Amino acid sequence: MLFSSIARKTLMALAGLFLVTFLCVHLGINLMLLRDDGGETFTSAARFMGTNPFIRTTEIVLFSGFLVHIFFGLWVSVQNRAARVKSYVIGNRSETSLLSKYMFHTGIVVLIFLALHFIDFYFIKIGLVAPPAGIEAHDFYHRTLLLFSSPIYSAFYIVSFLFLGFHLNHAFQSAFQTLGLNHTRYMGAVRFIGSAYSVFITAGFSLVPLYIYFFK
Amino acid sequence: MTRLNARIPDGPLAEKWKAYKAGCKLVNPNNKRKLDIIVVGTGLAGASAAATLGELGYNVKVFCYQDTPRRAHSIAAQGGINAAKNYQNDGDSVYRLFYDTIKGGDYRAREANVYRLADVSTSIIDLCVAQGVPFAREYGGLLTNRSFGGAQVSRTFYARGQTGQQLLLGAYGALSRQIASGKVELFNRRDVLDIVVVDGKARGIIARNLVTGEIERHSAHTVVLANGGYGNVFYLSTNAMGSNVTPAWSAYRKGALFANPCFTQIHPTCIPVHGDYQSKLTLMSESLRNDGRIWVPAKMKDVERLRNKEIKASDIPEQDRDYYLERRYPAFGNLVPRDVASRAAKERCDAGFGVGSTGVAVFLDFADAIKRKGHDTIDALYGNLFQMYEQIVAESPYEMPMMIYPAVHYTMGGLWVDYDLMTTIPGLFAIGECNFSDHGANRLGASALMQGLADGYFVLPYTIGNYLANEIHTPRIDTALSEFKAASDDVADRLNKLKNSGGKEPVDHFHRRLGKIMWEHCGMARNDAGLTEALYLLTELRHDYAKGVKIPGAMDEYNPEIEKACRVADFIDLGELMVRDALQRRESCGGHFREEYQTNDGEALRDDSQFAYVAAWEYKGREIAAQMHREDLQFKEIKLSQRSYK
Amino acid sequence: MNFKLKIWRQKNAKAKGGMVSYDVTGISPDSSFFEMLDTLNQQLITSGSDPVAFDHDCREGICGTCSLYINGRPHGPVKGVTTCQLHMRSFRDGETIHIEPWRARAFPVIRDLIVDRSAFDRIIQAGGYISVNSGGVPDANTLPVPKHDADSAFDAATCIGCGACVASCSNAAAMLFIGAKVSHLAQLPQGRVEASKRVQSMVARMDELGFGSCSNTYACEAECPKSISVVNISRMNREFLHAKLFSEKEKIIRESL
Repeated sequence: MLFSSIARKTLMALAGLFLVTFLCVHLGINLMLLRDDGGETFTSAARFMGTNPFIRTTEIVLFSGFLVHIFFGLWVSVQNRAARVKSYVIGNRSETSLLSKYMFHTGIVVLIFLALHFIDFYFIKIGLVAPPAGIEAHDFYHRTLLLFSSPIYSAFYIVSFLFLGFHLNHAFQSAFQTLGLNHTRYMGAVRFIGSAYSVFITAGFSLVPLYIYFFK
Repeated sequence: MTRLNARIPDGPLAEKWKAYKAGCKLVNPNNKRKLDIIVVGTGLAGASAAATLGELGYNVKVFCYQDTPRRAHSIAAQGGINAAKNYQNDGDSVYRLFYDTIKGGDYRAREANVYRLADVSTSIIDLCVAQGVPFAREYGGLLTNRSFGGAQVSRTFYARGQTGQQLLLGAYGALSRQIASGKVELFNRRDVLDIVVVDGKARGIIARNLVTGEIERHSAHTVVLANGGYGNVFYLSTNAMGSNVTPAWSAYRKGALFANPCFTQIHPTCIPVHGDYQSKLTLMSESLRNDGRIWVPAKMKDVERLRNKEIKASDIPEQDRDYYLERRYPAFGNLVPRDVASRAAKERCDAGFGVGSTGVAVFLDFADAIKRKGHDTIDALYGNLFQMYEQIVAESPYEMPMMIYPAVHYTMGGLWVDYDLMTTIPGLFAIGECNFSDHGANRLGASALMQGLADGYFVLPYTIGNYLANEIHTPRIDTALSEFKAASDDVADRLNKLKNSGGKEPVDHFHRRLGKIMWEHCGMARNDAGLTEALYLLTELRHDYAKGVKIPGAMDEYNPEIEKACRVADFIDLGELMVRDALQRRESCGGHFREEYQTNDGEALRDDSQFAYVAAWEYKGREIAAQMHREDLQFKEIKLSQRSYK
Repeated sequence: MNFKLKIWRQKNAKAKGGMVSYDVTGISPDSSFFEMLDTLNQQLITSGSDPVAFDHDCREGICGTCSLYINGRPHGPVKGVTTCQLHMRSFRDGETIHIEPWRARAFPVIRDLIVDRSAFDRIIQAGGYISVNSGGVPDANTLPVPKHDADSAFDAATCIGCGACVASCSNAAAMLFIGAKVSHLAQLPQGRVEASKRVQSMVARMDELGFGSCSNTYACEAECPKSISVVNISRMNREFLHAKLFSEKEKIIRESL
């Protein structure tokens, strides 16, 4: 079963939906940065996330989610490209939603972002990368402030969030379709929630760099 | 001339088929495995026969010229399929369906065959539903019916306007299942160009692989033809571009008799011809006549102003319109049978009252119906047809009356078969539209699908067993036999002659010429002078064709011009036979209207005393007139009467 | 009207093909796309060259034979029609029209614009039917089917097997084709009996034949001449997952008996 095309897509969709819920948690913690308490709430939340045994275990699941989603995403894409040996002289002009055609591309952008994001934070935490001068490995609060004081870095993050939004916008309803949950009665709502969620995530994550850049 | 014997079983009409089934020979399952059957064509008749024979355990090889069996032209049938289920409790019965079919065919069909058809019609619906054919249903979940083609009972089952498609996909599914099981082998993209007869029995075919150009030999214990009708002899028809007579015509050349070739059906509601470049006519469902009113302008000056685009149809006031069907046939009005409606349209156009840019079209007007029933009701009933019309003509039938004109649609004539559906060549069967048996001189709406499936699912599987029971000792036929070699050499020779004729004009040029001759002289109305002239014109055309056709490309590659060239050569010969048949039938009946034989008010005049027979023609050689044989039709159950729709 | 045509020409399956330009003039806006190509072919034949080979048959939009990829869209610019129902009035006078064959690994080119779509037959052979023989079936009205289910099954059953879904799909996936057949039969009570076997064998065959898989761009629905909905793909996914997760293994059942 794992090797059938639908099974591959199903695993990808399930992993994707799991990552979607994770984004919500991540955003919740990020937004604590907006509280004007010198990072106290944020730091304690970050510490909780870094030490709680349950969260630590979930982290493994989370990483597997990423791996499954990325692995199957790449696999399916490679297979799909192989299904058309000779391409058209005139590329496809069918009326489809623009974003749906570029899931692979937006996914790759998000993947690159993810790599840099890990270098910026997670790898510092686990000691793979040396922290910048004057900041402790576990001090995400000051690390964030430092990072977003740079307009270039802030812009890069915000652009990446935009791509994440593009990816999510199609991904949410697409996952429902793949899992066989496309129902005439509810699909409108699913599409709306997907779009609203993607806007919410992009706006929410972008808020932090914007806030820090302009107000700190 | 010999009198043909259809080998109809004895006994009362209603018991004949039962008695036949009880008495026919059977083949043991172990022997079925050793018997090979070739089926040519994968329409409703061919696909259903091949599937059923595969289920029974025979080895079946099935051939089609299309890329897949699912594309055979049965797929284009719109209206529905008749069956004497009497689900509506409105008085239908097997007898009534039988009676209506005989009468609708203007008493030129064989009683016993038609009764059997009506009898098995009910099983077809059961089987198709079990196959998953999505027939229209009521809210209670049971099947619904409609009245069709002027029938007084509602016995037509339908699947929106795509009944043929759904039935064919059902048969295609059954066929695919047998292909998967290995009992049926599919040969797609093949043209069947000859029938091989060994020791007087049909034993195989010669086919051309359309992709590679290879001439192939295939052998079997028996051959079943299901290659459909020959309407494309008129060039413009509602048939598919590839529909052809070649397999049946090859059988005719090998000695099978060809019956009633002049019986062709002209469908009254098609989209009119609009230019010389036109390749194809499109049918609009007959159901449109339930609500549309047919008319032409009553005054010549309005005709001219219409043509000069000075006025629109809707500008012509009510009193200046000629609703000619309602005028001539007050009782049936716009719902007269197909042949009557078609001829009336021709009569008006010939008199100069035709509309449209070419003057060969009449109006089919929905303005009254829209006023009476409302836009939404009309949309629900005919929306998809209106869309189709608008797509082709770029005018909305909601605003402007549709323009329609009759077009060739179905051919009742075909290979002569006996009660067993076997031609005069032993071991060669013909089923579906390519035989002549069930529709007489005119086919009723929704009966073609019924006949195709009846033959394939429920009749042939019995009668072929009756024949094959005597073949169980015949070993597999060797394709190295001299008869196979001779036939395949002959095919190659014919192809080479066409290819190397050194002419200048493409095949289509000649096909168009043929179509014009047939339509003008052997179309909706025929007369002695016209038919005689047609014979001369066809001889001339045949000679021009042999010298003048140009076929580019090579023989051993995909070459659509070679396909067409073979088909047109046979169509030209067939045209001549149709004309000869029309000449000898000095009466008017069903689709055959001889202008010399009409009543004072222009209605068809049948002559039962002289012409209640099937004319079956025997091939005597190229350039030699065919010889006619007769099968006298005996009507024991039905009293012959004149059709009247006034 | 006059047009400049750029048409894919390829002598046979093995030959290397390429786009070739042609001019056609004096075309009536009322003529169909194929009648325009007929005109071109008559010119080509008269001048002694090979006509352009293309698949066509019924020319009334139902047989599914026609298969041209016109200006970047299967069946051309008009929605909900096949190539044969396309008329030249849908193009601008003087327009350049690119005509290509369907492109997919599972649909190899036979000649010019003709491709081999027998992969679709093989998918149907894997189970796109209800296994009943001709005979021994109950009366048609013994099995009521809710009208909504029958209508919905019909919507899926209208597929003409032309392959526009594969041609338009960025992944050359055949999931709308299979989804339509699975949906047609799965929604009828008579099709439920072997539903779980059917969907598994058909999907397995589809994978074997080298089609891509769906990434939900819905180009197939946009280009389907019969406007078959992608809801059918979702229903196939559901059927498939259900079958894989909950149907018992055939072998185990056999051994336990």
